[in-house]
Amino acid sequence: MTEQPPRTTGASTPLDVATIRADFPILGRTIRDGKSLVYLDSGATSQRPRQVLDAERFFLETSNAAVHRGAHQMAEEATDAYEGARERIANFVGVGFDEVVFTKNATEGVNLVAYAMSNAATAGAEAERFRLGPGDEVVVTEMEHHANLVPWQQLCERTGATLRWLGVTDEGRLDLSEIDSVISDRAKLVAFTHQSNVLGTVNPGEQIVARAKAVGALTVLDACQSVPHAPVDFGAMGVDFAVFSGHKMLGPSGVGVLCGRRELLEAMPPFITGGSMIEMVYMERSTFAPPPQRFEAGVPMTSQVVGLGAAVDYLNALGMERVAEHERQLTETALRELGAIEGVRIIGPTTTEHRGGAVSFVIDGVHPHDAGQVLDDQGVEARVGHHCAWPLHRRMGIPATIRASFYLYNELDEVKALADAVRESQRFFGVA
Amino acid sequence: MQLEQMYQEIILDHYRNPHLHGLREPFDAESFQVNPTCGDEVTLRVHLTGSDENAIVEDVSYAGQGCSISQAAVSVLTDLVVGRPLKEAMQTEAAFAELMHGRGKVEPDEDVLADGIAFAGVAKYPMRVKCALLGWMAFKDAVSRVVAVPSSS
Repeated sequence: MTEQPPRTTGASTPLDVATIRADFPILGRTIRDGKSLVYLDSGATSQRPRQVLDAERFFLETSNAAVHRGAHQMAEEATDAYEGARERIANFVGVGFDEVVFTKNATEGVNLVAYAMSNAATAGAEAERFRLGPGDEVVVTEMEHHANLVPWQQLCERTGATLRWLGVTDEGRLDLSEIDSVISDRAKLVAFTHQSNVLGTVNPGEQIVARAKAVGALTVLDACQSVPHAPVDFGAMGVDFAVFSGHKMLGPSGVGVLCGRRELLEAMPPFITGGSMIEMVYMERSTFAPPPQRFEAGVPMTSQVVGLGAAVDYLNALGMERVAEHERQLTETALRELGAIEGVRIIGPTTTEHRGGAVSFVIDGVHPHDAGQVLDDQGVEARVGHHCAWPLHRRMGIPATIRASFYLYNELDEVKALADAVRESQRFFGVA
Repeated sequence: MQLEQMYQEIILDHYRNPHLHGLREPFDAESFQVNPTCGDEVTLRVHLTGSDENAIVEDVSYAGQGCSISQAAVSVLTDLVVGRPLKEAMQTEAAFAELMHGRGKVEPDEDVLADGIAFAGVAKYPMRVKCALLGWMAFKDAVSRVVAVPSSS
């Protein structure tokens, strides 16, 4: 994919947010003492439109059955619904339908690759390229979500490989000045986030993939914060693996996606084993099904996959370029409004270039938790804490931040409500 | 407004001017506690005198970082336990924990909890209960490293 998801082209018609909001009944609720809800935590989980809820319900009321089992009509319909969703989801991110593996969530997707690499130690010759040992290196970045850090720490502990990382600049960009020495000939795998869940920073995927390829390292992309918000094409980007989660892109929880290049999935040993993932089973041994079934042991989540397919349909109907442009405007407004408040410091890039819609900040003299409580009292639901990126916060010299994250259903007025609530927290705690 | 119930003046006073703040010597045990969901942390030391049964809490010293609730709660803790028999301190700990787990339905006893009653409003916010209990967890843990903790029930 291109280095930066296009954020302006073809986005000439703005989203009709009022019409969109009508699809999300939850946005009509109130908070605490009757305050209108201002939902600014879509980076943690997004809300689901009626179309997604209806698709799940319709599937369950008409065709529910275990997929890839049995030959009765309902099994056939359920399998069609499941595999049909796989095809649409694959198209959405620019990969082949057999390059999409459904997992419980994105975290499981990362672990699937990490454990498959452990299992490569005892697998056949075809798994050679997944083997790790002392002297090999795994490279991550200092801005990773714990989900794309801890599994690699653990893999290194199991295999004796060494974990290395690209640092972060004061502005919240990846420090690529030493990319050639950090990603060296010893690197066997490079795992990095497409878009930081804290800083909003969009990383230069093409440059990192090019360097990884030059040294023969595999790449794993955490796309949880990019796929829901902008056009993303893993095929064009050239990454080997990518993960994202359903519940951050208008879909259900309980379903995530691991994308892997066909030739790699074909050579990769399984992680979870059991029913559905086999080819032949004898008492002494088994052989495994081709991907993606090899990586989907047991009866899979089905209505969730159908729901995620409906979420992709919903996003496609709107157009991801328009979604990205809408969020760019929200982000621009937030950076301007928050940046104008004395005592507020944005943690991350302060312009919308190579940047998505997660805006984290701190307020002088008000701890993020305390500020979050005042925001909540005003109906503004933002996240506080380290957002599962503790090392990043340590790097930025702060224990926690307040994070507002936007989506297609947010309005500019809600950004203003956020800024008002921030000022209220300063007033409440007597620092302004 | 509910917010004022949570952030009572007493809490904000303790937050701005914490009592007995800082780490001191001598001490018998130290405990580090962290709330992994938010990153709030406290390091707390206890110094006891006397034998197990009749131990006195001679000093509690601490350092940490976190929200006003977690930091004020440790300050109040020192008010409630320093200079008192350990047995009583553990009874106070139990009373405070009961208040915090009461979802706002436990009537606090001011004779036992003094400034601690200000945290009654926090108990209505389940996500913040851990903040208020962080220092108390450290106290319990540190004491248990020195003596067999007397039953508080």
